[in-house]
Amino acid sequence: MPPVAEGTVADRRTILDAEQMQRVVRRMAGEIVDRNGGVEDLMFIGIRTRGVPLAESLAREIREMEGADIPRGVLDINLYRDDLSTVARYPVVKETRLPGTLDDRIVVLCDDVLFTGRTIRAALDALVDYGRPRSVRLAVLIDRGLRELPIQPDIVGRTVETARDELVEVRFAQTDGEDGVEVIPHDGSAAGPAAGAAEGD
Amino acid sequence: MTADAQWSRKDLLGIADLSAGEIGAILDTAESFREVSARPIKKVPTLRGKTVVNLFFEPSTRTRSSFEIAQKRLSADNINFSISDSALSKGESLVDTALNLQAMQPDLIVIRHAHAGAPQMLARRLQAGVINAGDGAHEHPTQALLDALTIRQHKGTLAGLKVAIVGDIEHSRVVRSNIHLLTRMGSEVTVAGPRTMMPVGMDKLGARVAYDLEEAIAGADVIMMLRIQLERQTRMLFPSIREYFLLFGLTLARLAAAREDAIILHPGPMNRGVEIASEVADGERSVILEQVANGVAVRMAVMYLLSGAQRGAA
Repeated sequence: MPPVAEGTVADRRTILDAEQMQRVVRRMAGEIVDRNGGVEDLMFIGIRTRGVPLAESLAREIREMEGADIPRGVLDINLYRDDLSTVARYPVVKETRLPGTLDDRIVVLCDDVLFTGRTIRAALDALVDYGRPRSVRLAVLIDRGLRELPIQPDIVGRTVETARDELVEVRFAQTDGEDGVEVIPHDGSAAGPAAGAAEGD
Repeated sequence: MTADAQWSRKDLLGIADLSAGEIGAILDTAESFREVSARPIKKVPTLRGKTVVNLFFEPSTRTRSSFEIAQKRLSADNINFSISDSALSKGESLVDTALNLQAMQPDLIVIRHAHAGAPQMLARRLQAGVINAGDGAHEHPTQALLDALTIRQHKGTLAGLKVAIVGDIEHSRVVRSNIHLLTRMGSEVTVAGPRTMMPVGMDKLGARVAYDLEEAIAGADVIMMLRIQLERQTRMLFPSIREYFLLFGLTLARLAAAREDAIILHPGPMNRGVEIASEVADGERSVILEQVANGVAVRMAVMYLLSGAQRGAA
């Protein structure tokens, strides 16, 4: 669970509490099925780290609504990052695990927060190496704006206006003990969650 | 998770100076890289624009091919220098060769050399990261790492395992790197071979010494057979190949002394009927071809980690 910075609780803005978040995820799941005209050929791919529990949550909702099990995969985009020549140290690479070929599937890329768009750019590059999906859609729980690339989501849980130096912290019951989304101001005193852990991008 | 232990070295010169956390970081990263080789498109753009020089002063087919494949799968550009076509055969010193290479701005240099310490010397003089691909009878770190990865995949851990290493212990760099790695990760290592091939001081490295095959592999979880370098047989280290096989060759009958689930490793190239019987080499407990596949993953992981650290130091 990300550490909670002490003494800055008042400065945190709650964007979604647990109940709201569950409702939002349910609505997103419904939208995916509606837009697709069913569940056929769908595949959910969660971007590490917190795109993975989002993909799981969306799949669980669809299982309840439609009784269908959507195949799910996990994507690590670190090998495709565009900042490898500038970051201080290379990120830890974790395993990518896809449930089968992407050819002719309708892939829904899932991530917790959409920010600069660079993660999604890297994810699209990665997907091409695994096959040729019929289409790729993007589902994000939070769109916090401030894009640096021409990338837009198809399914959005909540759009939030943020400043560049703020942190959006998304927690999932599966991985963090509880559901919820908060915006944490950057005021120097807030230790905040581990760097990058909750930023999405 | 051990991979979070940060990597900060620009070179991989040996296992002896690595911590358990650093070894774990390489193995965990290698585990992630295995998947790249299983894809239809076996290439990631990670080291695009990086130049790697493979500097081989000793003949090597498999280690060099493994490094080359790893480099290509990471999208690095690679250049091969081997002794026959290098200026070294024209009398140039190793340092001069290295300084000339440095002037071409490589990011990584993979070196194999007959003399122990050659990679260390290069690493001190060059900005490029240096990877030791075998120096004399000193170290061969990527081999030990791929062995460890293979063992870990089968046994889940390295801690508490009994590992027997059998063969020409004296001339093997694989042995030294493996003893360092396995003892650091908590395995119990026994080395065995003819007395003529057993150097003094193996016990000081932390290994138990045996001169009998059955004694060495009794209760072993892992058996690592080393190649008998037949080209050295001119020095008459053992009476005949037949006698060596009778005393130290691993056969199915002998294997009964080890644990029932023991796995068999061999760094290659194998001499069938010398150190290992075909029935064992091709048997279901042999993981020799998995070692080869893991070699590519380990070398990708090492080059990834070194490239990252290099940038961090710059």
